[in-house]
Amino acid sequence: MKIGKTEKFVHHAILSFMAILFILPLLWMLVASVDTSAIQSLKIPEALTLDNYKSVLEDPSIIRSFVVGLFLSGGQSIIVVFISVLAAYPLSRYKANYKKPFLYTILFLTSLPMTAVIVPVFQLFLLLNFVDSLWAVMLFLSGTSLPYAIWMMKNFMDSVPVELEESAWIDGASVWQGIQKVVSPLMVPGIFTVLIFTYTGSWGNFFVPYILIQSPDKMPASVTIFQFFGNYGLVNYGQLAAFSVLYSAPIVLLYYLSQRYMSKGFSFGGASKG
Amino acid sequence: MENRNSMTDTSKRKKLSDNVKSSIFLSPAWILLLVFFLTPMVLTIIFSFTNLALTGAQAQNLRFIGFDNFIKMFNDVNLYNSIAKTLIFVLFSAILGQCFLGFLIAFLMKGKNATFRRIIGIAVIAAWVTPEVVVAFSWVAFLGDSGTLNSIITSISDIEAIAFLFEYPMVSVVVANIWRGTAFSMMAFQTALDDIPVEVEEAAIMDGATRWKIVWNITIPMVKGTITTNLMLVTLQTLGVFTLIYTMTGGGPGNDTMTLPVYMYQQAFVSYQLGYGTAISLIILTIGAIFSILYMKFLKVKV
Repeated sequence: MKIGKTEKFVHHAILSFMAILFILPLLWMLVASVDTSAIQSLKIPEALTLDNYKSVLEDPSIIRSFVVGLFLSGGQSIIVVFISVLAAYPLSRYKANYKKPFLYTILFLTSLPMTAVIVPVFQLFLLLNFVDSLWAVMLFLSGTSLPYAIWMMKNFMDSVPVELEESAWIDGASVWQGIQKVVSPLMVPGIFTVLIFTYTGSWGNFFVPYILIQSPDKMPASVTIFQFFGNYGLVNYGQLAAFSVLYSAPIVLLYYLSQRYMSKGFSFGGASKG
Repeated sequence: MENRNSMTDTSKRKKLSDNVKSSIFLSPAWILLLVFFLTPMVLTIIFSFTNLALTGAQAQNLRFIGFDNFIKMFNDVNLYNSIAKTLIFVLFSAILGQCFLGFLIAFLMKGKNATFRRIIGIAVIAAWVTPEVVVAFSWVAFLGDSGTLNSIITSISDIEAIAFLFEYPMVSVVVANIWRGTAFSMMAFQTALDDIPVEVEEAAIMDGATRWKIVWNITIPMVKGTITTNLMLVTLQTLGVFTLIYTMTGGGPGNDTMTLPVYMYQQAFVSYQLGYGTAISLIILTIGAIFSILYMKFLKVKV
């Protein structure tokens, strides 16, 4: 649509103003993390330093919280990918009787606010003696992210042509071999998308570990960062900012990678033509 | 392992074997969903009729108390406050905030230079990618007494620094949530707006329609589907927001930002009234379920 020069200028001005509003709170975090004398407000650093990062990285309890987070989110992502590939296969390939009800259940669960079930889950964990168990929390988190993962994985698998598998079967491959050797390699972009999606969601999850984990040494980074600074008030801004940057960095990086993956496209069309 | 010959068998046998194979493939998913998703949902309903407590005499003998929790709810002023706060939070941050702002940004970005679009997009999406706790910290600092916003205000005017989180707590959490969530709506509307054929708008210009008329009569009706689904999804996401509010204000000052999820947490884990907390979560779950079903109806998904 053609628009006038004045209008075009106004559009650009509004958008630029909004972009500044969006960037300001985050900019403070980036700048304060390298400032020797960071304060609550955004300012030009008097001198640049990496001391804030150093003191964060030298704290063993922070390092441990990163390792716990990696274990929790990494384990969850692997479980979710494995189970969702298995589940997506029959949903995409077979005409089973309960396919429809299952898919409707999945879709329904996808959009439910998970906050609402945490109290009964806590009670369930008490009953089964699961409270404070990282494995149990990992399984619970996996359960909550399965609906979305299965839904995404099924859509990805629908785009892998059946003909490829059929020719493998004719050559004597079993269903399982077909999945392993033919479907999975073509699903790599889909698998990575689900993996990254699950990982980032889990890495940022504060609520679930905050409720279900009790020992301080089993807390992932999402809870530790809150306990470090939330409880004692915002005192050392430089360190808070450095911790925040370090904690956010993996997610930003993964998001960037997933974008590159997705933009490469899912051109399976060529494979079936041989 | 299944015999491949079944491929050539009668379709009835194929269907039967498909059912068996499906069950095997789906069983791990079913187990996890049953134990960690569907069981808690059923427990929510059961526990909300009990006197379940974390400590004290009640913790030892769990009793069914019928509708006592719900009767207590009817007389609980704090609950009414929480429902009102939740409605305000969802209305302003999800519907008026994220959806409207997301549409506005996507609309203004349409047809602009690719590099410019990228820069604006990165700024908006950066807020969305940032973990919730970090968003809370950034905003607590940004709105703090000597934070960035107050530095700007005091440097360009004579107004004294404002304690935003104490004087305008609801506005603060609403703005922070809009800031965090707008990218989702923006991306949804960008896709929808890009799908509108250029010819449609050009034809309207030829007919001499004004710009405002084109937006109102052509653009908005053509992305109506996206507006509806986006509204549903954003409402559902906002309904469950706990971390952002809890880490920014803790529900306070007083009960000023005590939305249902925060109140549920307070009752269940601070006052140790798990039964009553569960009854509150049943409200959230019910509203969520209604929206979820509406969403599925509107989406008309083919499975």
